[in-house]
Amino acid sequence: MNYEQLVQSVIGDTENSLRKFLPELILCATILLMLLTRLFAITRKILPPWLLATAGAGLAFFLAAPWVHLSGEVSTAREEIFTGMLVHDAFTIYFRAVLLFTTLLFIVLARISGLSDQENGPDFCTLVLGAALGMCLMAEANHLLIVFLAVEMASVPSYTLVGILKTNRKSSEASMKYAVYGAGAAGVMLYGTSLIAGITGSAHLPTIAWRLSEGIGTDYQLVLVLAGLMMMVGLAFKLSAVPFHFWCPDAFEGASAEVAGFLSVASKAAALALLVRLVIGFTSPPAAEPKRFEMKPAMVATASDAASNASTIPVVHTLEVKESDRQADRVAGMRTFLAWVIGVLAAITCTFGNLAAYGQTNIKRLLAYSTIAHAGYMMMPVAAGVAMMTANPVGASEAFAALLLYVLIYVFMNMGAFAIIAFIRNAIGSEEIADYAGMVRSSPGWVVCFSAILFSLVGLPPLAGFMGKLVIFAGLVDAGMYWLLFVGGINTAISLFYYLKVVRVMTFDPEPETRPPLRLRLASIPGLYVLVLTAPVILLIVQWNGLYRWAEAACKTVVGF
Amino acid sequence: MDNPTLWPLTALVFLPAAATLVLLLLPRDNHELIKRVSLFVTVIVFVATVIMALPGITGAAHFSLDADAVAEMQAVFQVSWIPSFNIEYFMGMDGISFPLLVLTAFIGMLAMGASWPITKHVKAYCVLFLLLETGMLGVFLALDFFLFYVFWEVMLLPMYFLIGVWGGPRREYAAIKFFLYTLLGSVLMLIAILMLYFNSDLRQLSDEQLVAAHVVPDQQSVAAWRSANPADGAAADVPRHTFNILALQQLGQTTDQFSNSVFTEGGKSIQWWAFVLLFIGFVIKVPSVPVHTWLPDAHVEAPTPISMILAGVLLKMGGYGIIRICYPICPEAAYDLAWVVCFIGVVSMVYGAFAALAQKDFKRMVAYSSVSHMGYVVLGLGVWSAVAPSFNADYWKMGMNGAMFQMIAHGISSAGMFFLVGVIYDRVHHRELDKFGGLFAKMPVYSGIAILIFFAGLGLPGLCGFIGEVLVVLSAWNFSMVLAIISAFVVILTAAYILWALQRVYLGPEYKGPHPEALTPITPREWSIAIPLCIFAIVLGVYPQSLFNYMSPSVDHTVDALVEWQQRQAPAALAEDDDVQRENADRDRVLRRDVESKSKGERQQPAPAQVRLGWNRASHDALPEPESRRAAVTQAGKG
Repeated sequence: MNYEQLVQSVIGDTENSLRKFLPELILCATILLMLLTRLFAITRKILPPWLLATAGAGLAFFLAAPWVHLSGEVSTAREEIFTGMLVHDAFTIYFRAVLLFTTLLFIVLARISGLSDQENGPDFCTLVLGAALGMCLMAEANHLLIVFLAVEMASVPSYTLVGILKTNRKSSEASMKYAVYGAGAAGVMLYGTSLIAGITGSAHLPTIAWRLSEGIGTDYQLVLVLAGLMMMVGLAFKLSAVPFHFWCPDAFEGASAEVAGFLSVASKAAALALLVRLVIGFTSPPAAEPKRFEMKPAMVATASDAASNASTIPVVHTLEVKESDRQADRVAGMRTFLAWVIGVLAAITCTFGNLAAYGQTNIKRLLAYSTIAHAGYMMMPVAAGVAMMTANPVGASEAFAALLLYVLIYVFMNMGAFAIIAFIRNAIGSEEIADYAGMVRSSPGWVVCFSAILFSLVGLPPLAGFMGKLVIFAGLVDAGMYWLLFVGGINTAISLFYYLKVVRVMTFDPEPETRPPLRLRLASIPGLYVLVLTAPVILLIVQWNGLYRWAEAACKTVVGF
Repeated sequence: MDNPTLWPLTALVFLPAAATLVLLLLPRDNHELIKRVSLFVTVIVFVATVIMALPGITGAAHFSLDADAVAEMQAVFQVSWIPSFNIEYFMGMDGISFPLLVLTAFIGMLAMGASWPITKHVKAYCVLFLLLETGMLGVFLALDFFLFYVFWEVMLLPMYFLIGVWGGPRREYAAIKFFLYTLLGSVLMLIAILMLYFNSDLRQLSDEQLVAAHVVPDQQSVAAWRSANPADGAAADVPRHTFNILALQQLGQTTDQFSNSVFTEGGKSIQWWAFVLLFIGFVIKVPSVPVHTWLPDAHVEAPTPISMILAGVLLKMGGYGIIRICYPICPEAAYDLAWVVCFIGVVSMVYGAFAALAQKDFKRMVAYSSVSHMGYVVLGLGVWSAVAPSFNADYWKMGMNGAMFQMIAHGISSAGMFFLVGVIYDRVHHRELDKFGGLFAKMPVYSGIAILIFFAGLGLPGLCGFIGEVLVVLSAWNFSMVLAIISAFVVILTAAYILWALQRVYLGPEYKGPHPEALTPITPREWSIAIPLCIFAIVLGVYPQSLFNYMSPSVDHTVDALVEWQQRQAPAALAEDDDVQRENADRDRVLRRDVESKSKGERQQPAPAQVRLGWNRASHDALPEPESRRAAVTQAGKG
């Protein structure tokens, strides 16, 4: 292949890729536009950053159009874009839509609660969109380089967002802790990435999977396991899974409630998407050896660089007998290993989060531990899905679909909870649970909404959280992982304690004398915002088949059966 | 699918919930109006159930006493709800659930009437009360496991707040204890539900069974259903799971889908685990020793009307779950564990009675009497006395009928007892048994009613409590004489604590506690709640057949189905033995093989024809059992 041909095919690929990448492009454009509008006083006035950010995120969400792509009318076959760096399939579409929707909710919330009106409003909006862009990339990554870049791109703005309250010492401290911890985790993850790339000679996920299934790593099993665990460190940090959760309560306590809500939902959703991408990516080799981008069939002969040499190392030739069986064995072994690692991590995370939440007196810390516990719940279906991929691909895709449904429900629950905390903070200037005492007497509507959200987090029917728990537990039963199911079940009962504590304080306890009067009405803009987020939590029981179908559609292409 | 009963039953269940929206619009300070509207709603619900019960009225949703319908599921409707998980909006009623439905509506109405003394946050109280009623009605009508579970859990939250906000001094402790116990039970139940769901496969059922389980509306649509869910070809190993309780019963009784072992190779079967998990969940609600400890706290701290609901309705859900779900779906496990079930029942009876004897608080004594009385229910359900070779199910039927009767009777008497305790508590604000006395002189009408209701609870012949107790004790004799003797002995204990309490509270020369001036005769509102309970206590005691007419065909049907299952297990083994005997005449080997085949849990698949035969016989056989029951009843009348 000559240079010209290469350029031609790259151009063709890029044009096609850009079309699939439109929502992210809109985000990029909005960021640029926001930076430009800051330059002039007139544009600052006409186009305030929150308006631009809302419009940008809204447009991106509209273009992401899950209602078109996931309904089955448009084909959403798996397609690698940007020369195999990213992947575009139904899974991408689902997570992109969830992430953009969360971003939209967050920007609106920040506007209503006044967070983005401060002098650093433009910075704030830029950071949010930047983080959203990184998170979208996390959900689309198909290459270890992109994995690392996306994680960093999502993390760095998050560090700053946590410290956005400039005069607040706690906020700065939280930001510092988050950044230091994040940097450490990223370093470990990068090391793991380099080990894997070094062993397999590629950073392209399907190629890695193919080579691993060919047995390229059999001589370096220990190194491979180490590399896998190191990558898990980075992911566990983003997921705030035990034992890499220490930053989470501190960061949430220091950050403003709105930011904490955004991080707890969007950042976690993106990390879960990446977890699924990597876990499936490493353990499901494509049917045939993936071709390097420029190696179109007619031009194979001319390709000769280090990577293609690596692909023809002798291993392939020595393993001719029953190669497919051995491949399947190796893949199954990796899957079992990953299922156990993720399952144990999920069980520990879930139990620890729920136990630690019990002693908290600050509502944000309490919810921080709650998000840790929920990270555990949400890792459970991943473990179940991986465990089932060999024997029962349909069940595996249903398990992943359970995760997707839970993530969507979680958006409403956690954004709702943090929004309520933010509005109450605006009213009374406190985030201590004790100061919520007796709220029911002055603001009954809000207490009903908050209680519904908290009980939904427990997973009580008929609230939305129950549907999430049900599908996750269903996946575990299908996979036969009863031990994890019992852990999840017992944890549900434990978690009741601390959620109920908040409800009890709000409804049973007398109002404290030291607190300024608290009258929140539902018929106000914050009230409507809370209602909009609570309504799906309460009403989803009526019909959730459609959402589950979307989640199912999103997972079919990933598992690929 | 044509569902004539869809809207009537939906309206019945969700009317209270819909009425809460109306309540929200009413002015917050007009307590009287809010209470009246709520009472009106509960009255409508009760009247609707009564109309459904009346013979001679035909319409979309009514309970038919015709011979060919009375034992079956009636007024069934189903609508596909969540097709991804085969979840259906599926309701119906039979002789087991319908009396409990009427009881729920009845107690709900009386409890709302008893709510007039509530003056704190009346609007919130009424809203929660009506939501609770929707949950209770739904549990008894739901035939889809998912729907059942949702209704089951929907009751939790209102109950928690009703105890926690309007309760007594230790209300928060009692409320959270209630909540935690029930939640733990229901989480176990959820696990069992999912286990059953993922191991079920509807395609193995015969055409008749599919129709009987309402998977398809009629014989004509079976073929269409089969082609939509093919059992061969490419989709052969894609099972068709189900949450349909009736279908799960069929699967549990006629296939071996729930007989595989889980957790470990060769370990206990799926149905064994499902039974244990479900049974724990239900028995927490009943409640039986050792998971009963939430009940005395919840009862004592709850306000009077909520205590009535708790004792009158919520406890019955445990028993209902056992008879509707545990036994029919997991017969093998139920048979293996019959002793455990009976033992738990008897321990509850004895423990509850002794504990009641020791109480100083009037309400706590009544609460422990509930533990004791519900022990009869568990015992009556558990006496699986139909064994080889005769498979005589008469005594087990007697036990189950007794248990069901006991549930209704206890619903009336214990709700009455809690109400009557509440009446004096409202006046003198204490409940210490030792600080009463001489109420007969000051409140003669009230004392007369109270003595009647307490005697009904005691099980005095001629009142409702007697029938259930005597049937259960009699049936237990055939299962185990020891258990029967112990349970008969409990009757003496019951008499002891109730008579002693009556003596200390109502008799004696003078009232010894505080606020003697407050002991005024009961008001018309109060007696209008107490009198219906008294009437039911007497009617059911004198003419129990009025209830058995509705109830026992379905109960017998359930028992017959289980005995059918049991017979299929045993003859299979026997027939096998005969063959071998003829061939080898080697007795030892036969026995060994028999034991082996039992321990392996090998189950024979019955031919559809055999099943059909079984169902028919169940409904047409004239069984000797009614005579024995009638004899008992006549005795009761004479006594």
